[in-house]
Amino acid sequence: MTPELGYAATVAALVLAVYGAGAAALSAVKGRADLRRSAERAAVGVSLLVIGCMLLLVVAFLTFDFSVRYVAFNTNLGTPFYYRITALWGALEGSIILWSFMLSLYTLIVIARYRRTQPQLYPWVLAVMLGLSAFFLLVMMVPAPPFQRLSPVPADGRGLNPLLEDSGMITHPVALYLGFTGFTVPFAFAMAALIIGRTGEEWITITRRWTIVAWYFLSLGLLIGGWWSYHVLGWGGYWAWDPVENAAFMPWLTGTAFLHSVMIQERRRMLKLWNLTLIILTFSLTLFGTFLTRSGIIGSVHAFSQGSVGQFFLAFLALVVLGAFSLLAWRLDRLRGQGELDSIVSRESAFLLNNLFLVAAAFTVFFGTVFPLLSEAVKGTKVSVGAPFFNLVNIPIFLALIFLMGVGPLIAWRRASAQNLRRNFLTPVVIGVAGAAVCRLLGVGNVVVLLCLGLVAFVAATIVLDFARAARARRRTGDGWLDATWGLALRQNRRYGGFVVHLGILVIALGVAGSQAWSTQTEATLDRGQSLQLAGYTIRFDGLEAAEESNHFKVTGTFTVSDRTGPFTVLTPAKKFYPQEQTPIAAVDYRLGFVEDLYLVLGEFARDGSHATIKIQVNRMVSWLWIGGLLLTLGTALAIVPEGRRAPAVAHAGERAVA
Amino acid sequence: MSASRLLRWTIPLAAVPLLALLAYGFRTDPRDIPSPLVGKPASAFSLTAFDGQPVSLDALKGRVVVVNFWSSWCYPACYEEAPSLERAWKAYRDRGVMVVGVNFQDQEEPARRFLTQFGHTFPNAPDPSGRVSVDYGVYGVPETYFIDRKGRVRFKQVGPVTDQLLEQQIETLLAEAA
Repeated sequence: MTPELGYAATVAALVLAVYGAGAAALSAVKGRADLRRSAERAAVGVSLLVIGCMLLLVVAFLTFDFSVRYVAFNTNLGTPFYYRITALWGALEGSIILWSFMLSLYTLIVIARYRRTQPQLYPWVLAVMLGLSAFFLLVMMVPAPPFQRLSPVPADGRGLNPLLEDSGMITHPVALYLGFTGFTVPFAFAMAALIIGRTGEEWITITRRWTIVAWYFLSLGLLIGGWWSYHVLGWGGYWAWDPVENAAFMPWLTGTAFLHSVMIQERRRMLKLWNLTLIILTFSLTLFGTFLTRSGIIGSVHAFSQGSVGQFFLAFLALVVLGAFSLLAWRLDRLRGQGELDSIVSRESAFLLNNLFLVAAAFTVFFGTVFPLLSEAVKGTKVSVGAPFFNLVNIPIFLALIFLMGVGPLIAWRRASAQNLRRNFLTPVVIGVAGAAVCRLLGVGNVVVLLCLGLVAFVAATIVLDFARAARARRRTGDGWLDATWGLALRQNRRYGGFVVHLGILVIALGVAGSQAWSTQTEATLDRGQSLQLAGYTIRFDGLEAAEESNHFKVTGTFTVSDRTGPFTVLTPAKKFYPQEQTPIAAVDYRLGFVEDLYLVLGEFARDGSHATIKIQVNRMVSWLWIGGLLLTLGTALAIVPEGRRAPAVAHAGERAVA
Repeated sequence: MSASRLLRWTIPLAAVPLLALLAYGFRTDPRDIPSPLVGKPASAFSLTAFDGQPVSLDALKGRVVVVNFWSSWCYPACYEEAPSLERAWKAYRDRGVMVVGVNFQDQEEPARRFLTQFGHTFPNAPDPSGRVSVDYGVYGVPETYFIDRKGRVRFKQVGPVTDQLLEQQIETLLAEAA
């Protein structure tokens, strides 16, 4: 019954979405409020039906309804219940439902917020968003149906991909998709602005918070993906320039560029065309990412599903790209900027450079990702480019970006005077150079790492200096230190939220540099009782244990870890044997630390437990990536505090404190 | 004015070659990666076939050898190609061609059933330690390696082989002098 119900709901939602998109567009052309209301009701209907689909599938998962093909392929009777819920997005079909679901939620929020406040833009926004929903519903209906019936009904399912049985996989897709779909809203507003010809700053101001939130979730998705890769895959890394990772990284890069360039338009009315181009690119890249991961046109270590879904996505991508850029071409006359660049030494040009570098990075990642295709098309041979290419090209770009992160927020608008430069940058430059010099004396030999450390010190100094200055100014008006800093952060929340995000990025940059430069590893086969030493740790192999778990068989090794002061922990890396997998899955064990992680992967072993091969890594500063992620969260939260509520929030907090 | 009006449409048109490249991607197979072993001497192996006879590459020096990796659980690809392999063996055995099946990550019972089902008469051997598959860099089944008279791997097929492909590859290698 579930397959038929789900399928019917999908078809109904598709019909409603197509109708709603048409009605919303027509209401905008004819100015008919009744049609607009009808489109809204259709949008609500779509949301309810999509939520219904989600619930149906969740129930099917929870009750092991193997008559649903998707359930049978992604769970079995041994799958724990929380993974039965998250198995919902364990494969392509369910991911598309998740995407539709988020899109319809966003549509509801757009209706609630902008129905009255944006009478001109809003109907077109609704039309665009419902049109996008219609595409995903079409995918759910034809090439990737989650509600396909499996007949005969099997006694047990195939089971979830064991690599996905992890907390990271519960949150990673959700964050990533919230990011991907989040860019739909600025994109829809951009399209609406182009259609009605109101190409000013309006759409940017309205969608500022949407952009920040989408950017944040995309960042979070990338970080959680890195964490998952780090603690599940057992190779000790968090980023491999794999096509799937690149697919999520490209919209992040252009989205970051967009986030910055809109500030120039808000302030100086420049870059109208550029901002529209960036949001179109960013949104297209989110679709391209899904296309890339689902079409199977490029090989990847990640699991790919194949089928006609790739063709659907490509056709839709073509429609979006050609349609959006045609609109842009049509409105080109209205997109001339009003401001002009006054000087190379100015905030505008720092932001422009930042954009240039970010887009260049996105381009190189794109180029490297599709290179196998390109070389096959041109030369007939398939050549892949790997991490060396991406690192070679991107490291200088990212170092330049870090530098600009220090310059951009502090340099004067229009034209920076020598005095402005001296006042803002002399101390930070000294601190940066001194920082690099100290690190050199402490024995850091790698030039790139030194450069990175120096730049990070420079940027951190600009931020601290700027904040200290502003807080001191406020203190002069009589506030205490705490009130001065906290009040400042809230009053200029956009600026200081941005600074906190920048600090987060700096911490992540340090983590990346440190882990690349200073990590070390070894591998050895140990007899029981034998020890191995690495980086001050002594690791002793104490034996193996086997256990039957609910859905797999597990062999666990016990290793006692000692440092100079004696034994301090026992680590138990394991190998899991799943009946549905041909190769065992490694379960890494690790001890995370602020400076370094100890990371153990169990390799081959003797069945009698007499010896085992163990890979030991000491990964330095990887935790800084996750700490950086926390800072991003804090900064984003600060940056999106609604303007109207800032002051009362402080008063309120004050009252609480007194009470 | 009209020139600039026309020129602006190059903005969307610029995306067309890119989209075309992506569409071209559907015509290619990303897993079709040329084996680094092609052109290199094939690694020797000696296994014991299901019927107890020894199978060794060394003993086949000077002959054209087709080594096919298969599994009973590899449905449908291995089942599709099985009759072609048997046909090729029957057609070319008199011209000195040897076909060897290596059973990859399988259990004995279903593997024997597979052989009975297709009536294979060429030697098939299990690879219990997985050694041979590792030496040949087998990524998945089926994979088929064509070895020339000098003992070098000359072609690797990922995925099922067809009558046409077998004929073409074997004829090419047979045409070469020893």
